[in-house]
Amino acid sequence: MFHLAFSVLSVFTLAFALGVVLSKNAVNGAMCLLLCLAGVAGLFLLLHAYLLAFVLLLVYAGAVVALFLFIIMLLDMQGGRTWRLKAPSAVAAFIAGALLIVGLNLLAVRGMLGAGPPMGHTVGSSLKLYAYQLFTTYLLPVQVMGFLLLVAMLGVIVLSRRNAGGEDAP
Amino acid sequence: MTASLDAYVMLSAALFAIGFFGVLVRRNTLVIYMCLELMLVAATLALVAFSRFNGTEDGDVFVFFILTVAAAEVAVGLAIIVALFRARQTVQVDQLDSLKH
Repeated sequence: MFHLAFSVLSVFTLAFALGVVLSKNAVNGAMCLLLCLAGVAGLFLLLHAYLLAFVLLLVYAGAVVALFLFIIMLLDMQGGRTWRLKAPSAVAAFIAGALLIVGLNLLAVRGMLGAGPPMGHTVGSSLKLYAYQLFTTYLLPVQVMGFLLLVAMLGVIVLSRRNAGGEDAP
Repeated sequence: MTASLDAYVMLSAALFAIGFFGVLVRRNTLVIYMCLELMLVAATLALVAFSRFNGTEDGDVFVFFILTVAAAEVAVGLAIIVALFRARQTVQVDQLDSLKH
């Protein structure tokens, strides 16, 4: 039953990821990204990472995609070709993707990924353990992340000031 | 009973490859940015799968930080794109080639 859920969710996710890459209209691409993220959140649920699935939906599907849609509406992006099919970049993309997948396949065939049954309950399934980890082992990274968010906020405010480039000072 | 680790890792590699392909092949800066997000999410999926199958919590906590950094990155990147659009009136990468020569 879980295999069925995994197959359905992975096909769903990959299909909408292809939709992001292939759709001509940027709005359609953002919608495909939204559905792809929903599929990934479903996969997180299958992996018992309930909190992460919730946070992914909240932060990515909620905030980030909404921000993308907002910017797409703000900028007028009609015209211009969709694809940049120069031979080097297309060939590089194919070769890199093929190398990644073939290499991982070799690892998997040799059993070097250590694929056993999943181990008991991980911290992802328990909110209390999660919070304990965040506030003991990972306390410094949490502080650094807070500082990073502050810096990002200041940066965005400075960047989006009307006369940031000096081209139209009031 | 759940799918094997191999399946999750292959799925995440496929997602990453799709995102990478989009980054190299599309012309619109915003779409390139969305494909970058796709690559980040693929890495996230691999981390969560490894964390679950190894019984450790570090991967899960790391994903938390990745999500935070991704949110900050999207905010700053989109602000840069808007500033760029104001200065140049385009977001097509082949017209943004001032640094090329």
